[in-house]
Order: sequence, then structure tokens, then C-alpha cells
Amino acid sequence: MTTSADTIEMRPAPVLKPQRKFSWAWLGLVPFFLFAILFIFLPSISLFVGSFQNKAGEFTFQNILDLARPPIPQAYWLSIRISAVTAIGGGLLGMLVAYAVTIGGMPRFMRSGTMTFSGVASNFAGVPLAFAFISTLGRTGFITVLLKNFAGWNIYDSGFNLYSFAGLSLTYLYFQFPLMILIMAPSLDGLKREWREAADNLGATPQQYWRLVGLPILMPSLLGGMILLFGNAFGAYATAYALTGGSLNLVTIQIGAQIRGDVLNNPGLGYAMALGMVVVMAISITLYTWLQRRSERWLR
Amino acid sequence: MSAALEATKIERAPAPAAPLQPGRTRRTFAPFSWLWWTIGMLYLGLPLYGTFVFSLQKTRGTLSFAAYTSALSEPLFLRTFLFSNIMAFSTIIVSLMLVVPTAYWVQLRAPKWRPAVEFISLMPFVIPAIVLVFGLIKTYSRPLQLLGITIIPPLTNSTMTTNVLLVAAYTVLSLPYMYRSVDNGLRAMDVRTLTEAAQSLGAGWPTILFRVIFPNLRSALLSGSLLTFAIVVGELTLASFLNRPAFGPYLALIGNHQTYEPAALAIVTFGLTWLAMILINVATGGKKGATVTGVR
Repeated sequence: MTTSADTIEMRPAPVLKPQRKFSWAWLGLVPFFLFAILFIFLPSISLFVGSFQNKAGEFTFQNILDLARPPIPQAYWLSIRISAVTAIGGGLLGMLVAYAVTIGGMPRFMRSGTMTFSGVASNFAGVPLAFAFISTLGRTGFITVLLKNFAGWNIYDSGFNLYSFAGLSLTYLYFQFPLMILIMAPSLDGLKREWREAADNLGATPQQYWRLVGLPILMPSLLGGMILLFGNAFGAYATAYALTGGSLNLVTIQIGAQIRGDVLNNPGLGYAMALGMVVVMAISITLYTWLQRRSERWLR
Repeated sequence: MSAALEATKIERAPAPAAPLQPGRTRRTFAPFSWLWWTIGMLYLGLPLYGTFVFSLQKTRGTLSFAAYTSALSEPLFLRTFLFSNIMAFSTIIVSLMLVVPTAYWVQLRAPKWRPAVEFISLMPFVIPAIVLVFGLIKTYSRPLQLLGITIIPPLTNSTMTTNVLLVAAYTVLSLPYMYRSVDNGLRAMDVRTLTEAAQSLGAGWPTILFRVIFPNLRSALLSGSLLTFAIVVGELTLASFLNRPAFGPYLALIGNHQTYEPAALAIVTFGLTWLAMILINVATGGKKGATVTGVR
């Protein structure tokens, strides 16, 4: 009986009545807050302030306005496109695989293996991942050679290039969709059997069940997961740098170039770019958190 | 009993929920599931296979581990790998010292501060590594002054202080994972009752922390530490912009100069990540799918 265990474990312990009106409890959190101020807030604030200063240190909106000048909008657009493509593609594939190993009727033992593999793969990013894809889909890569020798198809002749939008998307997918598997599996587990049975008893076809019951319930976590993947790809630097050596005009690559040597010729504009990035990330994380809460209404 | 159940409902935060019986379909052959599972696993498996085969081809005509012996015996590899391990170890220590007392205190004495602490622990998700390092360099490449008085000298001027900055930055990156691990661990036991029981038996704070709380947190601490290790060891962005001789920048460097060694090291790195995940699975009894974002 699980409820009794829960009762013991989760009963709200009697609240220690504070002796004084004023509590000194926050003092125990000072080291943590101090650390956060020094290494999270100060750097962020200094970037924020820097985005509103010109070279002489005076207040200006010019940097923000200059974000509209090439190559910056192009960089944001490319980053957004690559994040969106890998978020949607990775989200769908991740969802389908998660379905397969949770409620899709595959043998139970395959689930834990798949989940562990997904955990590893979603952590396998950066330079090693770039190497893996170069060894696989590069000009002399394993699959490239295989296709050339056995199918007579040279993918590089037909326009494919690993060091391009398509190639980077395929590489990002490697850590994107396993992350989605990990996000979706608990939600799919949360679909109650009773709902399926009720739908069956009322004469619903499987398609009707998914269209009218399953998917609407899963929608918040599906969207939330995709948004998380979006942010995951949007902030990626190491993989893109190792794969393309900075030839793709992504926001992270631009910021990296700016740190190395003020390529924009205006430090303030670099800070504004970083600020724009934080804004996009903040929006996606907020949306994710909100959708996650919504999905918990049904799935707990 | 019913009152207690009501209370349970209210208190029941994201604590480890009782495993729900999923709406499993009857055990029939499911071609749709198998199809998508196969596609997914091929996607994950083929690049690994390709990399592995590629890494064996250093000696022309035969398959051998020559690339591995040559990559692993390279002095620069050993030096950078050691450096990254020291950084990872330092980060784990700093992160534990920062997060465990904080999470414990929030749980026990300062629950009002929980939203603030949780918010801060999620901040690193909003600040990508490249932006973090940008801000850190801007802030700490000059003296940090408060009311005209220098409180922190420029940190990027010497090797030692840059290392300190790097560990601090890694601690920031690891914060969400460490905090979540420790917080889950604390929620899974009844901190207050354990603390009060220990107190009423005459235990002092050191005894409570080291002999009651920590042993109960063992698996949470281990999984948080291993995740931190997985983040730090191959990390490129922070190490390369702070100009430290870490493993990530070294990997990127040999990627430009050598052919088979990078593939070999990619396989080794994958093996290390795999090992860390297996250990986390063992430590947490396979309850948590551990995952990292933010070091892409």
C-alpha cells in the first residue's frame, strides 16, 4: 500500500515556531547568494549595462538599434532556424521513440537500456560529437563512403555538406532527440490506462483516442520539450565551433569572435548581442516552465 | 488518516511520485514502435560505429588500436586531461560545499527563500556558456570596485586566479544539476524529523550533518558530482576563452591537425560519459534519467 508510505514520508513536519518575530534564517544562505551575485548577477548586469553604453561610456540606445545592422539579424535568423528545425525534428523523433519504449508495446527490458543510452547521447556534445559526425558523414566518413561504394551515390555531389546548415542540424539532432526521449517518457507514463479504456468502451478508434484525448493531454509537455530543445540548440557553441570552425554565422559564433577580437568594432554592440541571446533564452525557459506546470495538471 | 492524506496531497511537490501504472497496451508485436525505435537507435548508433571503425584505420590496410595508443600516450593529452580532471574535482568540491548546506538550510529553516534559491539555480539555463564567459571576462579582467575600494583584483591576470575563475564558472554551469540532485535527495528523506531526532539524542551540528544527513544523501551527492564531472571534463567554451590548457580546447586543436586520433578520443570521451551515466543509474537506482544541457 503506497499511501501509508507516502503519509509517513510526506506529512508536513510541525513547523518550528520562530522565537523572535524577525528571523535570522536567511543568514545561512549568505554564501550561496554571495556566490550568485559575484558569478551570475554581476557578469550579467555588467553585460546589460554595457549594452547601453557607447565607447565613451555614455548612455545610449544605439547598440540596441545597431542590432538591426548586418550581419547580426542574419546571425539571429540562422540560429533561430537551426534551433527550430532541430527542436521540431528532434521533438517529433524523440516523442515517437519515447512512445515506443513506454506505452508502445515494446518489451519492458528495452526501456531502461534505451533510456540510459539516451542519457549518454544527450550528454555527448561539443567537440567529440563533431568528430563523430566528421567520421560518419564527412567527405571520407563511414556512411559517405558506404553510400558511394554500394549505392553509387556521392552525397557531396548531390549538394550535401556536413559543414553547412543541414550538416549542423543533423549533428545537433544527435543530442536533441535523446533529450526529448528523457523529457517525454514520464509524460507518456502519466497517460492513465483508464482514459484509454474509457475511450475504447465508448467506441473510439485509436486515432480518435489520440486526436481527442492523448495528444491534447500530452500537448503541453510536447511543446514544452520542444521549447527546451530550442533553447538547448540556441545556446550551443562548442559543437558548431568544432564542426564548422566558425564559418557558419550563428549568434554564439559571432559572440565568440567578438570576445576574441572585437570584430564588430564596438564592444557595446557585442554586449547587446549577448543581451539579445539572454532575452531569447529567458523567453523560452519561461514558456517551458509554464507549459510544464500546465502538463502537471493531468499528468502526475 | 484522511487528514494525513489531505496533508500529503498539499505537501506533495515534485517528490518522487509513486510509479503510475502506465496505460500499457497488450504485449503484441508493435511494428510502429519497432520502426521508430530502430530509426532512433540507428541515429544514435551509426555515428558511434562509424567513429569507432574510423579510429581503427590509422595503420593502412589493417584495423588496429594504433590511433588510441598514439593519442593516449601524447604528453599534451595527459597534461590537459589531468588539468580538466583537477578542474572537475575542484568544481565538485566547491559545488557541494555551496549547494548542500544551502539546500539543507532552505529545507529546514528558510523555506520562504526556496523560490529565490530555485530561481538562481535555474539561471545558468538562461545564460549560455558563451554569454557567461563574456560577462565574466568583462567583469573580472579589471579590478572589481565597491565605492571606489578594490574588493577583488583582476582575476584574469594570473594563472592561479584564472583557474579560480574557471572553477567558479564551472560551478555556475553545474548549479542546476547539483541543486536538483541534492534537493531531490533531501525531499526523499524527512530532513526535519531526522534532524530533530538527532538533536534530541544529543547530537551537535557536525554529527547531524556528517553522520545523519550526508549518509542519507549519498546517492544524490554522487549523481550530482558525476553530472558535474561529465559537464566539466570535455568542456570547450569557458576553458578556451579563459585560455586554460584544458582537455576540450586540446581536442579542438588536434581536430585540426590529426585524422584518426580525434576519432579515438571521441570514442574514449563517449566511454567516459557512458561510465558516468551508468554510475548515476546505479547510484540512484535508475529512477532518474540524468541529463545535461548547456555545454553544447
